[in-house]
Amino acid sequence: MATKQIKLMDIALARSGDKGNGSNVGVIARSPEIYAYLDKELTAARVAAHFSEIALGGVTRYELPNLNAFNFILEESLGGGGTETLITDAQGKVHGLAILHMVIDIEESLITTIKKT
Amino acid sequence: MNTPKKMIRVANAQGFWGDSLLGPKRLVEEGPVDYLTFDYLSEITMSIMQKQRMRDPESGYARDFIKMLKMIMPQCRDKGIKLIANAAGVNAPACLAATKQALAEIGLSGVRIGIVEGDNILDRLDELNNAGEALVNMDTGAALDTVKSDIISANVYIGAESIVEALQQGADIVITGRASDPSLAVAPLAYEFGWSFEDYDKIAAATVLGHIIECGPQCTGGNYTDWRDVKDFATIGFPVVEAYEDGSFIVTKHDGTGGLINVESVTSQLLYELGDPSRYLSPDCVADFTTIQMEQDGPDRVRVHSIKGLPPTDSFKVSMSYANGYKILATLSISGPDAIEKAHIVSDMVFSRMKMLGADIPEEDRFLELFGSNVLYKGIVERADQPHEILMRLGAKGMDANKLNVMSSEIAPVLTSGPPGITGFAAGRSRASEVVGYWPALIGKDKIKTAVKVEEA
Repeated sequence: MATKQIKLMDIALARSGDKGNGSNVGVIARSPEIYAYLDKELTAARVAAHFSEIALGGVTRYELPNLNAFNFILEESLGGGGTETLITDAQGKVHGLAILHMVIDIEESLITTIKKT
Repeated sequence: MNTPKKMIRVANAQGFWGDSLLGPKRLVEEGPVDYLTFDYLSEITMSIMQKQRMRDPESGYARDFIKMLKMIMPQCRDKGIKLIANAAGVNAPACLAATKQALAEIGLSGVRIGIVEGDNILDRLDELNNAGEALVNMDTGAALDTVKSDIISANVYIGAESIVEALQQGADIVITGRASDPSLAVAPLAYEFGWSFEDYDKIAAATVLGHIIECGPQCTGGNYTDWRDVKDFATIGFPVVEAYEDGSFIVTKHDGTGGLINVESVTSQLLYELGDPSRYLSPDCVADFTTIQMEQDGPDRVRVHSIKGLPPTDSFKVSMSYANGYKILATLSISGPDAIEKAHIVSDMVFSRMKMLGADIPEEDRFLELFGSNVLYKGIVERADQPHEILMRLGAKGMDANKLNVMSSEIAPVLTSGPPGITGFAAGRSRASEVVGYWPALIGKDKIKTAVKVEEA
């Protein structure tokens, strides 16, 4: 079966925000089939490696299969906390787009499960 | 007795303190709505309002709300639109007085204003400690004693029940202190549909509704990944929800507004600032986000239903802020070649000059961010070794503001005394500002009594 290298952006959407000294990153698969694939591929360990220079306290993953979505909690990802830090992205606003830069190998047939609404 | 209705429309007109005034203005002008909610408060706004109140006893609430009232109240009166706002911040009496004055100024009388108080526990910390409420930091486990003398504000996230009480007493406008964001939307549904607060599935559904709309247009296409699909950001519609008695609801926006409402744009906001999705904690219930069902119900309409909830926990969340020293931040633009190398030289230069002036900043309190050298996607995308231009953001933290302010006088001299290609000092000197620490805690619900008062203006 033909596989293709794509960016997570091509098969998912994301939104992020602050949670104390960390941030959360919600990821929505663009189809139930892609959700099932990402359930195996988009592990907490893989997301932690992707954010290795940002999420200094590790990553936890939660699943929302009803919405084809995942919620990742990035610990210690705001340079010391939303109200205290001097970093530009003090609230983790761009962590959503950051995760979507991840490079993923996927079967081409799975990409065709995306229906444009 | 209120006769239960089949459907009510709830719209969120302000997603945060400082949101566009076009929200409430257009919502009342451009389509039907029964309740407008205004969500002004966040962790940081409470401390800002408390500081304002310390300087001026007549301030400490969302003044935007008063300005907005004058703009929309005549129409709200004509159309029977009720307002629920956590605009009181840390000064309910001043907010109430300003509201009355605003109504008088535009010649409106007979408006009933409800005030919900009891969330502010700043003056009760000793009493609560003595009563066994340790108020330890729920993130770090640290004892309150370590910051108690520096506490600036302390507020409890209260629920929807007191707001319902105010509505039952005929309030047209309900003003609260730190009511939790979703509770502002839970209240009109519980009131209009006569729901019991022990009907946890319904209360959870209303909580999810409140969570979806609490950031305004962030559920109608704002901050959305597929932004090219979003129509006309300038006229983006604020969210309007058609809520039904069975707990289901439709997220939509007024006809003719910009934006995009589909399952993905609503789900995006559902995930915003989420923790454990199966246990979304609010003062009113524990909502299970893994039970939410959603489908498209026509253009710019998403139906949400089947939500399950559990009883709330026996504690309220407390949001406290404390003074935690000072910070200073200065910016300079640095052009290439060798922009990154030159920025490090400038940073070393400024800190050593500060030391020569008696303001030595320890390494761990120094801050340097080179915007344009891959700051936002650090470690995620490849870093350019030779960016043509970067923004140097140089800063420091510490307990002594005067020492930090030495930095501000040593930034401009870099242009004539340092390496070439440095510009962008137009913003002028920066000054040290207070650092506000955030202290979340839990408190027994039995320790908090809210008070509801309804007055006619």
